[in-house]
Amino acid sequence: MYAYTDRIREIARRLLSEDRVDLVIGYRKGTVPFMNEPFAARTPEQADRLWWDSFCGANLANYLPRRTDRVGIVVKGCDSRNVVVQILENQIPRDKLFIIGAPCKGMLDRRRIAAELGGKDALVAEEKNGRVLVQGRGFEVDLDRGAFLQENCSICIHRNPVIYDELAADLVEEQSGVDRYADVRQVEAMTSESRWEYFEELIRPCIRCYACRNACPQCYCPTCFVDESAPQWVGKTLDPTDTRTFHFLRAYHLAGRCTDCGACERACPVGIKVRQFTKKLEKDVKELYGYEVGLSLEERPPLDTFKPGDPESFIM
Amino acid sequence: MDNPYLPYPVRIESIVTETEDRNLKTFKLVFLDPADENKFSYTPGQFAELSVAGLGEIPIGIASSPTEKGFLKFTVNKVGKVTTHMHNMRAGDVMGVRGPLGNWYPWELLEGKNVVIIGGGFAFTTLRSSIVYMLDPAHRSRFGDITVVYGARTPGLLLYKDELAAWEQRSDIRMHITVDGTSDPNWKYNVGFVPTVTKQKAPSSDNAYAIICGPPIMIKFTLPVLTELGFPPDRIISSLEMRMKCGIGICGRCNIGTEYVCKDGPVFSLEQLARLPNEY
Amino acid sequence: MMSDRFVSKDGLKDGIRRLMERRAVIGPVFRGQYHEFAQLAQVDELDLTFQNSRLSPKGLFHPHSDRMFTYSLAKNDPEAGILKEAPQDYSPRVAVGIRPCDARAFQLDDANFETETIKDPWWVRRREATTLVGLGCNQPCATCFCTTVGTGPFDTAGLDVLLVDLGDGYLARPVTEKGRKLLDEAGFAAAAPAEASSRAGELRKAAEQSLGKLFSTEAIAGQNTLELFNAAFWDEVQFSCINCGTCTFLCPTCWCFDIQDEVSGEKGDRLRLWDSCMFPLFTHHGSGHNPRSQKLQRVRQRFMHKLKYYQDKYHLGAACVGCGRCVSHCPVNIDIRQVAQLMSASCIC
Repeated sequence: MYAYTDRIREIARRLLSEDRVDLVIGYRKGTVPFMNEPFAARTPEQADRLWWDSFCGANLANYLPRRTDRVGIVVKGCDSRNVVVQILENQIPRDKLFIIGAPCKGMLDRRRIAAELGGKDALVAEEKNGRVLVQGRGFEVDLDRGAFLQENCSICIHRNPVIYDELAADLVEEQSGVDRYADVRQVEAMTSESRWEYFEELIRPCIRCYACRNACPQCYCPTCFVDESAPQWVGKTLDPTDTRTFHFLRAYHLAGRCTDCGACERACPVGIKVRQFTKKLEKDVKELYGYEVGLSLEERPPLDTFKPGDPESFIM
Repeated sequence: MDNPYLPYPVRIESIVTETEDRNLKTFKLVFLDPADENKFSYTPGQFAELSVAGLGEIPIGIASSPTEKGFLKFTVNKVGKVTTHMHNMRAGDVMGVRGPLGNWYPWELLEGKNVVIIGGGFAFTTLRSSIVYMLDPAHRSRFGDITVVYGARTPGLLLYKDELAAWEQRSDIRMHITVDGTSDPNWKYNVGFVPTVTKQKAPSSDNAYAIICGPPIMIKFTLPVLTELGFPPDRIISSLEMRMKCGIGICGRCNIGTEYVCKDGPVFSLEQLARLPNEY
Repeated sequence: MMSDRFVSKDGLKDGIRRLMERRAVIGPVFRGQYHEFAQLAQVDELDLTFQNSRLSPKGLFHPHSDRMFTYSLAKNDPEAGILKEAPQDYSPRVAVGIRPCDARAFQLDDANFETETIKDPWWVRRREATTLVGLGCNQPCATCFCTTVGTGPFDTAGLDVLLVDLGDGYLARPVTEKGRKLLDEAGFAAAAPAEASSRAGELRKAAEQSLGKLFSTEAIAGQNTLELFNAAFWDEVQFSCINCGTCTFLCPTCWCFDIQDEVSGEKGDRLRLWDSCMFPLFTHHGSGHNPRSQKLQRVRQRFMHKLKYYQDKYHLGAACVGCGRCVSHCPVNIDIRQVAQLMSASCIC
């Protein structure tokens, strides 16, 4: 991981001192364990504050839409696919970007680690050779990295950036034999009543903070449908009908656009597994259109184009 | 405990369209319970939250003067949900009024002073309240010269046209009515932007306060004129707009620095504003 | 009378059971993935081994969505369009397990909801109806910084009773007359032996010593407002913010709310619901003008309000009690402790 950090800093320093970009968007080390903060280095000196480890789960493509400056940006596999979609959707021009690709072995889930610590307070976390050493007041645990991946990372099949100008590390081996939709099939197998209960329980804690939406690089509408007031589509209380409307509709707006980067789940302050909505639609798009999001600039998302031969059984 | 969020029920007695584009209407409201009128004791400069059940509330400056008994007047611009609905309401309809809210023009400081009023467009509402108040026989002698510069884009967009004409005829108030431009050959008054006309008429700053209300662009260009005429920042008074909800300094929305526009304002002197963050 | 009592762990449960016969008792309950303050159906739901609740207990007095008024919109109804206060339940109730930071926060919120001239009836009545039984923090979290902002892990400000977990039982210290009455009602009469009180004192000292002073709120109060407002560091602070409502909704001293009408058929409600200065449309005028249209302006507003404007306006210290919830849960790790350090620096560059 330190090799990544050094390389990212070196690339950023070079880009900034050669004035090839106005800023490099990366991460800087967090002030609390298991977290890093998205950070914009604007001078070669600031490049030395960039950092990389297994807690870089935030999707930096979130900071791209409608930027007009020249941007260097660090992207993992999933993030890079969001950049592809953003370019296709005219949110950021390709020629304003210098993409620093970071092949990713998966980000760690701080809530899973917190659960493992049983409420004990971590003070320091250090990674070494596939292990995570966590120290707190009066305790120390040594964890196997592989057992604490973010859920989306454990089933990721696009760890390498699909678009980049320079790599911060060697490409990594992609996972194979991964069943991406085991959880979706479980829900599909439920009866209507059970499914209803399942989703009700899923979104019960929602406080409508919109962290999920705001952390998502594909949610960039100038005025989100939940904020429209004339007419007002969605009420702003915690009325379950309104909360359902927000989550279901947002998931549909992401159909064919979501890369399962996990930023939404990671951001949620009350730990809702919001990917349970988007995963189903990802599966549907895959089955109906044979499409995986953001793998190529040559392929438009299927829901913004019409091709004769597109499945029609759900309309006709 | 009094509930400061509960509006007084009122009935619309009349609705008058003020402007040729029909975007501004003056509502004359009467309290359903006459006792409420005594509770609603206000001073020119204050505002109220007009409430329409089912839609919401809007903060609107009180256009009537406390010297006008038996009703309240509000001039409302059609902007959004609540205002559009109000524009479609009819005499006899019931709605709500919450207030009076906010502070008022500094009448204690204006005692014995000359008062220069500068207004633009539909920001003239609380200025009407102030003029009617000062011209009232019970109050006129408290103030010195009263000079008014009031302008709109065209003649048809001026508010309170009949009253403006009547005031223009009086000898105890100097009216300078102006429009940005007009093709009306019968236009009797000035033509020119408010800042320009203010400079031309050059009201004296001697022993005088200036009260200015209008669109930001008008204020921006009129302030240097007033400064040049010798008005110091603590004698230039303005009334601010801000998005509001509770109107009573609790919901936290309308602050500029430490000041809530709904409770510590909306009236501020330029000197006070200079000490606040420039975020309005 | 106002001296310390001692109650065993089982004794506490018995006492709470006794209280539950006559009134609602609210306490930390583990649900899903974290603790929330909820009304106890059974005393065994109460978990006082918790660190703190995910959401602050401000919902006790200022719920996320609250019905203020109801009205009829039926044609030919003489009362149509006239607002009536929605019925509320102000029966006396007890909240157990309130951490001193949150209790202090309620006092800071009081300054907003109850002024000399204007009183928010819902907040005030709910506060009056509630007896607050606090729990001292034997082990503050790594993200806690209560002592930096003028309170502390065993502070009694805002509490009616303070409980201290001594291992074999609780020290129960009445702080107010209301609290003393509650202890009597619960049957917590046994006086605490001197060594229990001194053990509590040692726990307090240890807890306080585990917390450093991270910045000076006085220094921030002494800064020039406009210089602070125009400081260059806001650009860096605001970059990562995603303008969600996490910090504001979890925070015990954030109270901003919206008022909305919702209609269903021929009747409607006027509601109040949590809003956030982080949301882009918070200050959006009907005319389309928005004084805080830029993210930097919104991020700056939040910190300026909590750490500077609130101090200048009410002279009660900062509107922050160091509970650490925003530090732990901000999705992008914006750290108020860092921002406060920037704001209190002797040179604002």
